[in-house]
Amino acid sequence: MLNRRAFLKAVGSIAATTGALGGLASYAYAKENSGGHVIVVGGGWGGNTAAKYLRMWSNGAIKVTLIEPSSRFVSCPISNLVVGGLKQIDDITMSYETLSKRWGVNLVHDRVTRIDVAARKVGLSNGDTLDYDRLVLSPGIDFLTDEIEGLSGNEERIPHAWKAGPQTALLRQQLEAMEDGGVVAIHIPKVPYRCPPGPYERACLVSNYLKQQKPRSKVLLLDANPDIQSKKGLFQAAFEERYSGILEYVPNSTLLSVDASSLTAELEFSEVKADVLNVIPPMRSGRLVDQLGVELINDRWVDVDWLTMEAKGAPNVHVLGDATFPAPTMPKSGHMANQHGKIAAAAIINLLAGQAPNPAPVAVNTCYSFVDDTNVIHVASVHQFDAEKGTLMPVEGAGGVSSAPNAFEGRYALSWANNVWTDMLG
Amino acid sequence: MKIKTLLLFTCLVGLGAPALADDPNLARNLAATCANCHGTNGHAVDAGTPGTMGALAGVPAEDLMTKLSAFRADLVPATIMHQIAKGFTEEQLQLIAEYFAAQPR
Repeated sequence: MLNRRAFLKAVGSIAATTGALGGLASYAYAKENSGGHVIVVGGGWGGNTAAKYLRMWSNGAIKVTLIEPSSRFVSCPISNLVVGGLKQIDDITMSYETLSKRWGVNLVHDRVTRIDVAARKVGLSNGDTLDYDRLVLSPGIDFLTDEIEGLSGNEERIPHAWKAGPQTALLRQQLEAMEDGGVVAIHIPKVPYRCPPGPYERACLVSNYLKQQKPRSKVLLLDANPDIQSKKGLFQAAFEERYSGILEYVPNSTLLSVDASSLTAELEFSEVKADVLNVIPPMRSGRLVDQLGVELINDRWVDVDWLTMEAKGAPNVHVLGDATFPAPTMPKSGHMANQHGKIAAAAIINLLAGQAPNPAPVAVNTCYSFVDDTNVIHVASVHQFDAEKGTLMPVEGAGGVSSAPNAFEGRYALSWANNVWTDMLG
Repeated sequence: MKIKTLLLFTCLVGLGAPALADDPNLARNLAATCANCHGTNGHAVDAGTPGTMGALAGVPAEDLMTKLSAFRADLVPATIMHQIAKGFTEEQLQLIAEYFAAQPR
């Protein structure tokens, strides 16, 4: 053991000398782009991380092309603070520039329209075709708006604000425009959906805003699920202690239809008339995965090999993040998508070099939720690969939630955001 | 990079360390699970400012192990690290600590 430690220290000092050169400077020691070409589709939490780590860990030997239609990244985590009036949309909007300038990622702002798995080609909407050795898809989610009658085509009137960007700003504007005494209805779809604690955090932060600025108003949290889906006791306490008289939580509220002109929501057993109606629709993996020709689990999610993140049935294609059918108890979160990106990057580097992937990947999840301006609660878990089960399993006795909302974690949550944004884009 | 990887791989095989020989980049991969909060390769943003995550790069491995062991055993106050540290084996934490210790500050 001592020998091994001493040895690792020696290796460490070599790593320190080479690492000190940092970033692009050290690429002089690798044959730039000699290790194959990886195309990453989707500049979100998974895709950005995969792109940066492929370049960093291959020392520039792997050519990486990141295809993303948006010119700027907007963060879903922290976007509820924009909805609640505690942050501005600019605070969660970032540039992709460092990925190209520092890490040498080839950025293409376009949309992928075709994937040919057998020929290893992707087609862009501008007509170009690109070849890859390995493809990484981080397509996020698409909404199944047709499952709620009257919703399709009305997302300007009934925002989801569940993809950060103009929708986030729109929901904020609607809340600001609402008069005191108004009703805000927020609908949560059945699990699984992106960011399990997110809707409950949103309900808290909207209530927090109304309590301070428009105290005669009400928030109806209409949950299609039978109970709070994350940090249950903590959110329940926050609802009762902080927002009693403002926030009403209504479980088993399956939404059947909406009327965009009157902002009426028809539930299974009742009808709700709102002044601001925020419907988070049921969702599935981003429709881009339909190009792979693989069968989706429950017609929605991509089945992956957790050693490599490779999609089952689509060789050389790795799928990350919310689009995946999760390993047991694994949440659909940005933090987790970042971890997927690293597992994929490590595996792809090995596979392109003709080596076996790391047989023991680990993924950690941490998720902070604000219950008011300053107080935050977390949920955390650690997932280790279980060779017998062939999947990532949560470690028993590890992980957990905050004991109570606290201001320490209010600061850590913002520090987390700065660090994870930099980890994928900086 | 390749020479370093090869060297590491060869040496580990030579040492006959079964758990470590699996992937020559195991320490790097494990340490990357910490980067979301503690920065890429342990270079935390705004490190040192009160209420921000601590930087791990260049911290002696012994110091990191002392902290991690204390978190695992619930011996020090923590908001989240006591829950995360319990998710790793002692050997994995040792690899992580050695990796961060070797990073330039």
